[in-house]
Amino acid sequence: MLSIKQGKQLNTVLIGLLAWGVALVIFFPIFWMILTSFKTEIDAFATPPQLFFTPTLENYTLVNERSDYLRFAWNSVVVSFGSTAIGMLLAIPAAYSMVFYETKRTKSILLWMLSTKMLPSVGVLVPIYLLFKNLSLLDTRTGLIIIYTLINLPIMIWMVYTYFKEIPKDVLEAARMDGATLFQEIWQVLLPMSKGGLASTVLLSLILSWNEAFWSLNLTASQAAPLTALIASYSSPEGLFWAKLSAVSTLACAPILIFGWISQKQLVRGLSFGAVK
Amino acid sequence: MAKLTIKDLKKSYGDVEILKGINLNIYDNEFVVFVGPSGCGKSTLLRSIAGLEEVSGGNIFIDDKDITDAAPAKRDLAMVFQSYALYPHMSVRENMAFALKLAKQPKHIIDKKIMDAAKILELDALLDRKPKELSGGQRQRVAIGRSIVRHPKVFLFDEPLSNLDAALRVQMRIELARLHHDLKATMIYVTHDQVEAMTLADKVVVLNKGRIEQVGSPMELYHNPTNIFVAGFLGMPKMSFLQAKVISANSLGLTVELSSGVDMCIPVSSDGIAKGSTVTVGIRPEHIQITDKNNSNFTGRLDVSEHLGSDTYCYVNTDANEQLTVRTPGYYQGKYGDTVGLQVDLRHCHVFNNDGQSLYKLNRSAA
Repeated sequence: MLSIKQGKQLNTVLIGLLAWGVALVIFFPIFWMILTSFKTEIDAFATPPQLFFTPTLENYTLVNERSDYLRFAWNSVVVSFGSTAIGMLLAIPAAYSMVFYETKRTKSILLWMLSTKMLPSVGVLVPIYLLFKNLSLLDTRTGLIIIYTLINLPIMIWMVYTYFKEIPKDVLEAARMDGATLFQEIWQVLLPMSKGGLASTVLLSLILSWNEAFWSLNLTASQAAPLTALIASYSSPEGLFWAKLSAVSTLACAPILIFGWISQKQLVRGLSFGAVK
Repeated sequence: MAKLTIKDLKKSYGDVEILKGINLNIYDNEFVVFVGPSGCGKSTLLRSIAGLEEVSGGNIFIDDKDITDAAPAKRDLAMVFQSYALYPHMSVRENMAFALKLAKQPKHIIDKKIMDAAKILELDALLDRKPKELSGGQRQRVAIGRSIVRHPKVFLFDEPLSNLDAALRVQMRIELARLHHDLKATMIYVTHDQVEAMTLADKVVVLNKGRIEQVGSPMELYHNPTNIFVAGFLGMPKMSFLQAKVISANSLGLTVELSSGVDMCIPVSSDGIAKGSTVTVGIRPEHIQITDKNNSNFTGRLDVSEHLGSDTYCYVNTDANEQLTVRTPGYYQGKYGDTVGLQVDLRHCHVFNNDGQSLYKLNRSAA
């Protein structure tokens, strides 16, 4: 028989092992992608797969010669930051009114917004494509910013809504009594108080926009194509080049991975805010 | 300086009427306490004055200026909340400076005002701390400090002491009384605690179900309540109420027969009271004594006794099974189930008619 203390220790160990297992499963594809990007095409195809090989930078050099990485990267930056900024500008006032001036229909509106996320994107591809064509938004960064903002807005409003819910109404009323205008109340009291949550909303929106591939592939060609489109251009009908594809994928993922790594503390804190309070 | 006038103020949420026509004058330098049971509308009334609630009817004036529809920021009132409502991301100093900065006051004046307030409230050493590093009492002081730096026309307090423990509450109560004396400001204070109402107020406003029951000084309300609600609400322990029937009414007062069969002649005005009608007799614990059985108005059976040290409160059941609360000296040693004699000070008895209204006392005094 195990004592209660031993039982608890065993539990901790088991949970630890499980967590490590899940983390490795999630991390392995990324690890393999990075590894493959340093192989020659022959090594990349080898069976059984090789863990030890002579690393080479030739894939990276080739990718760099064949395509203008920086232009794609810049498009990704502009589109994800642009849509996130506009999204926040819309989500904050929307969440503010829903939290602090709740009506009978607020809950239904929140649900309705979320339900738009359940619609398969491909279902609205044709109408959106035609709209973009008529408005001359095809292959423009503006077009992508608009579509990303619309895609991510429901999630952003939901997140900001839950963070604002944690703010006591009294504090905002105190600001109002102190002579704050609506803007000052939001800017100087509400936003600083929920900055952790807002930061994770921004991060999530950046990551989602950065990684989005369906709309960027369908609505861009060359001018506004972000990094996801660059990756896709390497899985060509001429045959798969695993090493080069891995190299370009690594290049596309690297900025957001590094960004996420730096801000992971903020992200985890923000995402678990409501749960551990 | 600041005079507040409320005229026929009404507030409803949907079909529910919270305030049913409030009329009230609050004069300069007055400490006014709104008191009443929960749900009586006292907080709503305060929040309407503050501008945090939109009213459904009536008007509010400050110094004869109609502010009914003015934004909270334009009313020049300061409010202390029950939850303190400090800005958690700002230091004590920044919390106090916030309103002054919004009003674009010069920095040296802001600094001076903060130092003055900090001195009054003994916050000097805490100015650079964040609210989460402070105790409950200190937070409440900061909340008060945040309002006094502004020199507002009227201070509003919404149950400011209810989150503090009992000892601290007494201490802060004394500090608030001193603050009112020193600042000579108009203050409106909401509480459900009648001790706070009695000790702090110049004027008590008793509210019940959205209406004002009575307005007056604490002593006036205690000794001459206009109706049975005010009589029962103020006083610790509560006034005892006995059912009675009017036997005769004349210029000396009302002779009534209690349900227990005892006759009493109480010196109250008998105007409009018919012989045979039922009334309620109210007696405060200090106006009734336990005496020798042979030398008493009537007898009762001793129920529970509460020994507080200085006083002992005895609960006595009459023959009609009505309960009376009696204040006796701390050394009184009655036993559960004893039959005791009760002597009532008839001059201080209250009589309420069928509508619960108080009958005018013939020997009206403040004692």
